[in-house]
Amino acid sequence: MTEETTETTNTKRGVPVTTQIFIWILLVGLLALVGFGLRRAQNPMATIGKPVPQFDLVYYEGYEYNGKTEMKLSDLQGKIVVINIWASWCKPCEQEAPDLEEAWQLYKDSSDVVFIGVDYVDTPAGANEYLTKFNITFPNAPDLKSNISSILNRQMGVPETYFIDREGILRHIKIGPFASVNEIQSVIQSIE
Amino acid sequence: MFAEFGYGILVVSFLVAIYSVFAAVYGATNKSAAMVESARRSMLLVFPLLSLSAAALIYLLVNNHFEVAFVYEVTSRSMPTYLKVTAWWGGQAGSLMFWSWLLAAFTSAVTIRKWDRDIEFLPWVIVVNAITLIFFLGMVVFYENPFTRFWLVGGNVEPHMFAPLNATLFAAPDGNGLNPLLRHPGMVIHPPMLYLGFVSYVIPYSFAMAALITGRTDDRWIRLTRRWSLWAWLFLSFGLVLGGRWAYDVLGWGGYWGWDPVEIAAFMPWLTGTAFLHSVMIQEKRGLFKHWNMILVILTYSLVVFGTFLTRSGVLSSVHAFANSPIGPFFMAFVSLTLVVSIALVIWRWPILRGETEMKSMLSREALFLLNNLLFMSVLVICFWGVIFPLVSELFTGQKVTVGPPFYERATAPIFAALMFLMGVAPLSAWGHSTVQTLGRAMWKSAVAALIITAILFVTYTQNIIALIGFFLIALVLLVTLQEFWRAARARQRAQGENFLTSLSRLMGRNRRRYGGYIIHISMMLMAIGILGIEIFQKETQGSLAQGEQLNIGGYTVEYRELASWDDQGKGVNFTRAVVDVYEDGIYLGELTPRIDYYFDSQQNMTIPGNRSTFRDDLYILLVDWQPVSSMGATFKIFVNPLVNWLWIGSLLFLIGIIFAAWPDKDPAEEPVRAARSVRQTNAAD
Amino acid sequence: MKKFLYTLIFTVLLGFLFTGVALAQDNTPPTDDEVNAVAHKLYCPVCESTPLDVCPTEACRDWRELIRTMLAEGKTEKEIIQHFEAQYGARVLAEPPKEGFYWLIYLLPPAVILAGAVILFRSLKEWTKPKAAAPVSSGARSESSSSEKDDYVARLEAELKKQK
Repeated sequence: MTEETTETTNTKRGVPVTTQIFIWILLVGLLALVGFGLRRAQNPMATIGKPVPQFDLVYYEGYEYNGKTEMKLSDLQGKIVVINIWASWCKPCEQEAPDLEEAWQLYKDSSDVVFIGVDYVDTPAGANEYLTKFNITFPNAPDLKSNISSILNRQMGVPETYFIDREGILRHIKIGPFASVNEIQSVIQSIE
Repeated sequence: MFAEFGYGILVVSFLVAIYSVFAAVYGATNKSAAMVESARRSMLLVFPLLSLSAAALIYLLVNNHFEVAFVYEVTSRSMPTYLKVTAWWGGQAGSLMFWSWLLAAFTSAVTIRKWDRDIEFLPWVIVVNAITLIFFLGMVVFYENPFTRFWLVGGNVEPHMFAPLNATLFAAPDGNGLNPLLRHPGMVIHPPMLYLGFVSYVIPYSFAMAALITGRTDDRWIRLTRRWSLWAWLFLSFGLVLGGRWAYDVLGWGGYWGWDPVEIAAFMPWLTGTAFLHSVMIQEKRGLFKHWNMILVILTYSLVVFGTFLTRSGVLSSVHAFANSPIGPFFMAFVSLTLVVSIALVIWRWPILRGETEMKSMLSREALFLLNNLLFMSVLVICFWGVIFPLVSELFTGQKVTVGPPFYERATAPIFAALMFLMGVAPLSAWGHSTVQTLGRAMWKSAVAALIITAILFVTYTQNIIALIGFFLIALVLLVTLQEFWRAARARQRAQGENFLTSLSRLMGRNRRRYGGYIIHISMMLMAIGILGIEIFQKETQGSLAQGEQLNIGGYTVEYRELASWDDQGKGVNFTRAVVDVYEDGIYLGELTPRIDYYFDSQQNMTIPGNRSTFRDDLYILLVDWQPVSSMGATFKIFVNPLVNWLWIGSLLFLIGIIFAAWPDKDPAEEPVRAARSVRQTNAAD
Repeated sequence: MKKFLYTLIFTVLLGFLFTGVALAQDNTPPTDDEVNAVAHKLYCPVCESTPLDVCPTEACRDWRELIRTMLAEGKTEKEIIQHFEAQYGARVLAEPPKEGFYWLIYLLPPAVILAGAVILFRSLKEWTKPKAAAPVSSGARSESSSSEKDDYVARLEAELKKQK
């Protein structure tokens, strides 16, 4: 009964085409946005085998490499770059810190392999204490505004270590702490 | 044995649900009543089937079957039996299964009812419910299986459903134990209530879809589902309130609501659901806004699905362990399907949805209800944009951002104030026509009284402008609403010659929805008192005290007396409990005992506040830290939360109001009484 | 009202006076409350949606200590917040800074709400225009379909009118 009234008293008007288009564009935009978020959540790390985008760092005071107190990734082309991401509040990082330093001692004179520590969201005091405690000598820099982390698309925690080959291609990602110096060496050897 | 049985039954239910979709579609398109009946019966079969599967899971949970991965994750030997049962919804896999089970219960309840007058809806209601069920069961069957077991394969422990080659079952000696935060009674009931609210919105949605598909877009679907939507709203509201209470009791930050994305995801369907409860009355009374009600129902259900997806798939918060779980894309596909099909159907049926839209006055009750809808939608826009903005920002700028309480509070406060004002005006307006004069005449006494109350508060309590505006609005709404009760009861008393109380109770009994609604309005105002109190007047202080030292805050003096730390092996908990003495203006009020509980199995701390609660304020003390060696010094964080108790009092009244409004009338011809009753049974079965 | 304004101005001035005093006394270490007041406006850079003042993790404790050190050095709240933003990015702020792209979060909701209000208002105007035939049928409909309850309410309202 009601339906009849509706049909007789009102002219049948559909949704205007422009409105329809607008609604569908909105929906597609929303789904695309969520899809982006989902893809990021599903692949919580950089892709192995792809070149690592450029970034630069300013080392903590007291650190340098080849006489420079800052670095550009492109400057290190031709070397194997090991980027270790850590934080002073991270317990597993402490576990691997001595091993990393020991491994660095093996490579530091070869000028073929470079280690760079990147300190993920940390306090200067905490970083200083940590670096002194483990007597870290390879260059270290803060990850300002988590820039490096977003470039490497890091979605998990610390520590993580990224191995970049001589051509600037990401070759290996280690999630969590290294078990031994040997483990670090064998990854580097596999890249060479 | 039980694991295979449970999983087998899950698969069978999944297949039965798929069958009922095909049978229902075939029956509807070929006008075969027998096929539709077959679809209905198979749908009715799913609930008992899933209950069997659930029984198997609960058996495994209660009997420490740690070879089952899910049991290992959420239970431990030291947990009491009731917590082992409720651990069912304490983890991802179990909660998805729990969700499916509830959905099956609701679907059964709705398919059991008499369908003679609306038989054309039946197949499509079954289709929508069954597809939703297939989706949730599919996640459980294929991706998040609670029956997966650990197997020892060549020295490694691997999770598999069925035994791999040369594998033996592996059972850990003890489980991880439930996250201690989830062991709080509030958290034990909070998720089921929220899920009940979420799941029950699928029923109004399925009727809306059925109405769109069949083209029978008169008021019938609204009449059939309005009680469902009230119950759904009840569960959702109850879930939200319990969540707030839980946060206040165990999260240890002195608040009840932090505008966290997970909270907002549950709040958004509540907003549209509330808007629907109001606008549906316009359709019932005046036949207006059919298309708008349809949109609101669809939006509510879509927000339920979308919100669940956002918070569970790792899209919003990447820290969750299950971020890598493959349910993400599967869920995304379902969300897209829901949105695309719903929008397409609405656009297709738009022409026949148009109601007799004609209105006499901008101040009529229907116009004010529309304004109410606009305001609820505004809050929704703010919440939605706030929740997804971090994603937008990351996509376009590469930078993560936080959208925290200051944003939401600043943006929504004026809208909530406007909603309160509407609550004061709308009950006085008439359907069809009102003018400024009639409204003013009905309102002025209450407005003057509210102003006087505000002036008294200005002198005696606070000079804060926002608080005063808030208190004025609260007083206005309370007075107007109470006056409504009084006016109507007096009128009836005069007309019928009864005494006042009889009049009042008969009046309310005659129009449950209206007076239930007014009770809800009153309770909202009580809650608003609490919210204003804690938001505007909260005080906090922190300090490290040696024994006998004191901290002063808001007229209270807190003196640290002693601290003890001991292990309770039976419960698997280390308790650290401080005792403080509380004085107010030199008068001893008693002791409070804030604690930190450390759970051995899950290696997590839980901070339990010492709370002294009065109508005036809460003194809420947290033990932040202590010196383990001497037990001499301890750090306390102390909050004074004025008026916050009114929030909980209001919440209780709120529940009473909804139950009053939703209680089945003695009018069996009109109401799906049976459906509502089975909801209660489901509820009791928990 | 005026009195209220005066009290307001007075309290604000008094507030400034006190902060001035607190800043002048360099050697007293900042209290937990002063630290928490700043931390409350910041978010934990690693955990999600947890304000820094309530975050229980070791890392957050370090950041609170950093705030304490900076306060002791005489840094203002604003400087500390700026330092945190420079170090850890915009995500440590309780809401996005009002600059550049982030304006979108502040401007979009009001724009959408305004658009909604305009649409609603225009539709209302259109609907309130009296139509030739429609009102009669609709009016008849609402009366015929109204149940016994509505009759009761109608009677009530009639009764009320008599009273006035």
